[in-house]
Amino acid sequence: MKITEKEVRNIAELAHLNLSDEEIVAYQANLEEILSYVDKLNELPTDDIEPMAQVLFEGAEQEGLRDDVLETSIPVDKALSNAPLSGAGQFKVPRVLER
Amino acid sequence: MAVDNYSSLTVDAIQQGLRSKAFSAVEIAQEAQRFCEAENPTYGAFLSFCAARALNAAEAVDKKLADGEDPGALAGVPIAIKDVILVEGEKNTCASKILENFVAPYTATAVQRIEQAGALVIGKANCDEFAMGSSNENSAYYPVKNPAAPDRVPGGSSGGSAAAVAAGMAPLALGSETGGSIRQPASFCGVVGVLPTYGRVSRYGLSAFASSLDHIGPFSRNVKDSARLLGVMAGKDPRDSTSAGAAVADYVAGLDGNVKGMKLGVPKEYFAAGLDPEVKTRVEEAIAALEKLGCEMVDISLPHTEYAVATYYLICTAEASANLARYDGVRYTMRSKNAETLSEMYRNTRHEGFGKEVTRRIILGTYVLSSGYYEAYYRKAQKVRRLIYQDFKNAFAKVDAIVTPVSPSPAFPLGAKTSDPLEMYLSDIYTITSCLAGNCGISVPCGATSEGLPVGLQILADHFAEDKMFRLADAYENR
Repeated sequence: MKITEKEVRNIAELAHLNLSDEEIVAYQANLEEILSYVDKLNELPTDDIEPMAQVLFEGAEQEGLRDDVLETSIPVDKALSNAPLSGAGQFKVPRVLER
Repeated sequence: MAVDNYSSLTVDAIQQGLRSKAFSAVEIAQEAQRFCEAENPTYGAFLSFCAARALNAAEAVDKKLADGEDPGALAGVPIAIKDVILVEGEKNTCASKILENFVAPYTATAVQRIEQAGALVIGKANCDEFAMGSSNENSAYYPVKNPAAPDRVPGGSSGGSAAAVAAGMAPLALGSETGGSIRQPASFCGVVGVLPTYGRVSRYGLSAFASSLDHIGPFSRNVKDSARLLGVMAGKDPRDSTSAGAAVADYVAGLDGNVKGMKLGVPKEYFAAGLDPEVKTRVEEAIAALEKLGCEMVDISLPHTEYAVATYYLICTAEASANLARYDGVRYTMRSKNAETLSEMYRNTRHEGFGKEVTRRIILGTYVLSSGYYEAYYRKAQKVRRLIYQDFKNAFAKVDAIVTPVSPSPAFPLGAKTSDPLEMYLSDIYTITSCLAGNCGISVPCGATSEGLPVGLQILADHFAEDKMFRLADAYENR
């Protein structure tokens, strides 16, 4: 499996990761090695197999759902307590739109 | 009065000591703090301590005892909590720089139940960053040393939890497992570690890594203590829709030593090339001991085993890339100072905050989910996952449990596998399968190599068959 440097840059962009040129080269090599290894899955015919997203336990279809009752949640000040920057009950981020 | 044998206390011994007034819960909390702070520089098992919290909990236990109330099944028992499981008001770093100053705003359901049962949360255990790793060397703070051999890794990712129990710093610990992160370090350190069935324990308050594979589970010095701890934690939680409502058996009451006639499957794929000969011998001896106890051995096959590692690394990285998208500089403490725009803030925060292995997995996961590759990789892996699941279903139709090694090798030296991610991933081959299939498993110590490195026997059982798994493990341990 051949991965180009450009592909790794594109992936880093999608994942919002700022990588140095050196890191791009290193991850390119890792990715190639790991993807060559996982290619072995192609030995298995799976056309008729239903994909499995997670293992579900036996139970009624609604069993995973709780009753829709009003409950208190984490108070705003607590939810904001780990914010790097907050104000007026909100998380603050750098300006996105110009006025 | 004093606690003079802190490092070898079991849950039962603590209950007896409290009731006979040999010591108080406060004395245990104080001794836990003294002992752990003295030992931690050697092993690096803890990232932080919760001394005040433990003392408060201990005072509550002592008061209940004085008032003649039931203090709970885990009264006065110190417990280490892996630093990916939230404890309100305490740090939760996930062993990552990006969460260096994060303080949990609420407590995980599993921990809430343990504290209600009287346990003393004494500290947050070291681990691989975001639970990604098999050697604990990916902690952004410091590696953990294996108490059985300090030049060796303790295993990972719950290496701190395993080492805390092995070094006598806590009789119990909580870890998390996505591919082997409880059972593998338990085997490397010579303690008991349990992967409960997927859905058995609520994940509310567990920092998410790969949601279809994440579990919380116990570590202890003996099987009975893990059985007790799981019994306290298990069961439906309205805050986690993936937690199962299946009845929780009284695991401790089921430890009657009677395993006569139980059918145990021995899968040939788990004893093939790549297995260390000494590990193989110890596990075969353990299997012979179980046979002597009256179990019947059956040769079985789990034919898709060799595809498990590839399947796992596609699924877990895909899920991780989505789960870790939340660490972007907005809500979780760290924000890069070198950023003017929103986009720079995202990119620089993540680059400065995430370590190498986490970044590697985000890149792989993003790649396998990206347009054009989703079908070929992620979808393919989900299909093979069903084949692996079916392997186990077929096997458990014929046998009560499956017995195997936990890991192909004993604990390896620090630094031995850090340069080769794929080789590190392959050390989880025997544990990854159960995480994909969702069944339960336990690692029980079964002796050591000639160098004195612990070896673990793995006992796997079907979904929600923890009672069988514990009964077998306990019978083996007390043979």
